[in-house]
Amino acid sequence: MGFWQILEVRGWYFLTTLLGGWPETISVATGALAFALVFGLVIALLRLSRWRILRILAISYIEFFRGTPALVQLFVIYFGFPDAGYQPSPFQAAIIGLGLNGSAYLSEIYRAGIESIHRGQMEAALSLGLTPLRAMQYIVLPQALRTMLPPITNFAIVLLKDTAIVFAVGVVEIMALARNLVTETLQSAAVYLIAGALYLCVTIPMARLAARLERQRQAWQ
Amino acid sequence: MGMVKATKGAANGTPLLRIENLHKKFGELEVLTGVSLEVRRGEKISIIGPSGSGKTTLLRCINYLEKPTSGHIYIEDKLIGEKQTDGGYVHLSDRELANERQEIGFVFQRFNLFPHLTALGNVTIAPQKVLGLSREEAEQRGRKMLEKVGLGHKIGEYPERLSGGQQQRVAIARVLAMQPKLMLFDEATSALDPELIGEVLRVMRQLAEEGSTMVIVTHEIQFAGEVSDRVVFMDEGRIVEQGRPREVLFKPRLPRTREFLKHIQER
Amino acid sequence: MLELPEIYADNIHRWLPELLYYSMTTVKIAIVSFVLAVAIGIVFALWRTSRFPLLRAFATAYIEAARGLPIVVLLYIVYFVPPQLFPDLNWQWFNDFAGAVVGLGLHGGAILAEVFRSGIEALHKGQREAAISLGMTPAQSMTYIIMPQAARIVLPPVGNYAIGLLKDTSLCSLIGVNELMNDAKSIAFADYQPMAVFVLVAAIYFVMSYPLSVAVRYMERRMNVSR
Repeated sequence: MGFWQILEVRGWYFLTTLLGGWPETISVATGALAFALVFGLVIALLRLSRWRILRILAISYIEFFRGTPALVQLFVIYFGFPDAGYQPSPFQAAIIGLGLNGSAYLSEIYRAGIESIHRGQMEAALSLGLTPLRAMQYIVLPQALRTMLPPITNFAIVLLKDTAIVFAVGVVEIMALARNLVTETLQSAAVYLIAGALYLCVTIPMARLAARLERQRQAWQ
Repeated sequence: MGMVKATKGAANGTPLLRIENLHKKFGELEVLTGVSLEVRRGEKISIIGPSGSGKTTLLRCINYLEKPTSGHIYIEDKLIGEKQTDGGYVHLSDRELANERQEIGFVFQRFNLFPHLTALGNVTIAPQKVLGLSREEAEQRGRKMLEKVGLGHKIGEYPERLSGGQQQRVAIARVLAMQPKLMLFDEATSALDPELIGEVLRVMRQLAEEGSTMVIVTHEIQFAGEVSDRVVFMDEGRIVEQGRPREVLFKPRLPRTREFLKHIQER
Repeated sequence: MLELPEIYADNIHRWLPELLYYSMTTVKIAIVSFVLAVAIGIVFALWRTSRFPLLRAFATAYIEAARGLPIVVLLYIVYFVPPQLFPDLNWQWFNDFAGAVVGLGLHGGAILAEVFRSGIEALHKGQREAAISLGMTPAQSMTYIIMPQAARIVLPPVGNYAIGLLKDTSLCSLIGVNELMNDAKSIAFADYQPMAVFVLVAAIYFVMSYPLSVAVRYMERRMNVSR
């Protein structure tokens, strides 16, 4: 059978099977995003700390996680942690791995966002009689958020794409289902193309959104 | 168009630049609505007029940085930017255009120096690559031109280390090094701080005294009056009044010109 | 309890030479894909800014798709799909190494196309106008004026891409290329020492990528100073 016939006869089956992987893909992505949003902020604050030792700690963390492949980090967590006495489930390993990795990237986004707000903004707010906390709340944070929104959206896209490697530690998401389907039917062309299309349906609109946010931010500045 | 008579070249022989009924549209917007102009060899012409009157577009068309929608431009009776075929006129290819642009120098409002090259590099690159001069010849010529604009001591500096006035003088030297027949100045001083305008105008005045042919778009009314042989007033895409500086600047015929001059002097 | 120093003392003389041998394959994949990505990137950057709408649309679609796909998925598609779509052609030469390099090259081409394009667009349009007003042809203005300036703008993001690429080669283990990551897996599971082996491998990747990231930061700083 040729490719198009396969697509006609089995396409619907492939598509519905692969769609079954979306919930797991999305869970891993949102879980890791939440992890990274929180932990990345911690790293960013350490990075901007007054104490040298904390700064060095944060920099080492960032350098290590940006300097090694996410796949290796996943393997250390999933296959290595049991040696140290903790056996994460595949899902936990995926969230911890992508979350730790993403924290390193997000912390740099946070840092750039905070540093982009001119010191004069804080001073102006204080001189008007706002408390530091109120100044942060009404003046600094709203500006920093607008600066950070486009890169955070881009980061979310990267994270979503990165979930395609977590089948290597046993998470049953889209790619895992795709590989199973190929073993079952040997129709790699149709299966992988459909899987690719599923990702594109989400990543392309997100990328356009990020580009639009970035344009808005530039117009606003 | 018959309303305004172009001053015919008083000297015998053909004019250096002849513009015939030039029109330029950007989409729906017609920026030039039929401009005709002749410039004799050695003549200095200042073009003045409110913003949006088409001065800059006219200048850019002469150098074919913009393609005219219709109308023709001649340098010494040779058609510029297009050629005549059986079916009419066709635009030249980029390569053919490049050939013709060598003869016309253009000084930009924002200098447009090449930031990755030194002052000397800026002045010598085109003579080397376009005219095919050797490096030595080009540098010799480049040095002379930089000295002429008073920057002999800055030849090794990069543009970012130069003031705006110095940058614009390098840009003028860059054009001079090509030994053009005609020089176009597009508001060459309007991007400069007031205290830097003088040094650029001084260089331009010197060129004028040496007999270069210049078309100058400017807001410096006094300078225009002192330097030019003829002042051209443009409004809404047309030349509405032209003549000797004394006449146009001090005894303008049209109310529109008077209004503009009054306006600009109050600034 | 885990005694990493002891494990390394006992095993490193066996592990390290083997892992270093396979990291050469990793470096080889990275270099070949990099060259391919630069070539593809230049072509698509030119098409993306071309005068012809059809070329522009094609380049835009390619760039969007290649950037939108997870690299693993792209690797699987490149490696498995063409032989099945065109079974009559000779696919003998298309081994896992070729699949890896083409897959990474196609992905990198899309990234670099955007990098190159923004490098060229970052230059004021006056630069091109000044060049052609001096009588340069478009090709001359590209060669002497636009390219030298764009190269300086583009160098740091290209360096960042190279760092990412070096790490992404680890994904080639998933389509069966015998590189550093794949070898690490086989040692880890043969010797029942996943923690020790994968940490060691992480260190090897780090040693390879860190000099690159230092170089990129140096270039970024220099650019900021000179502008």
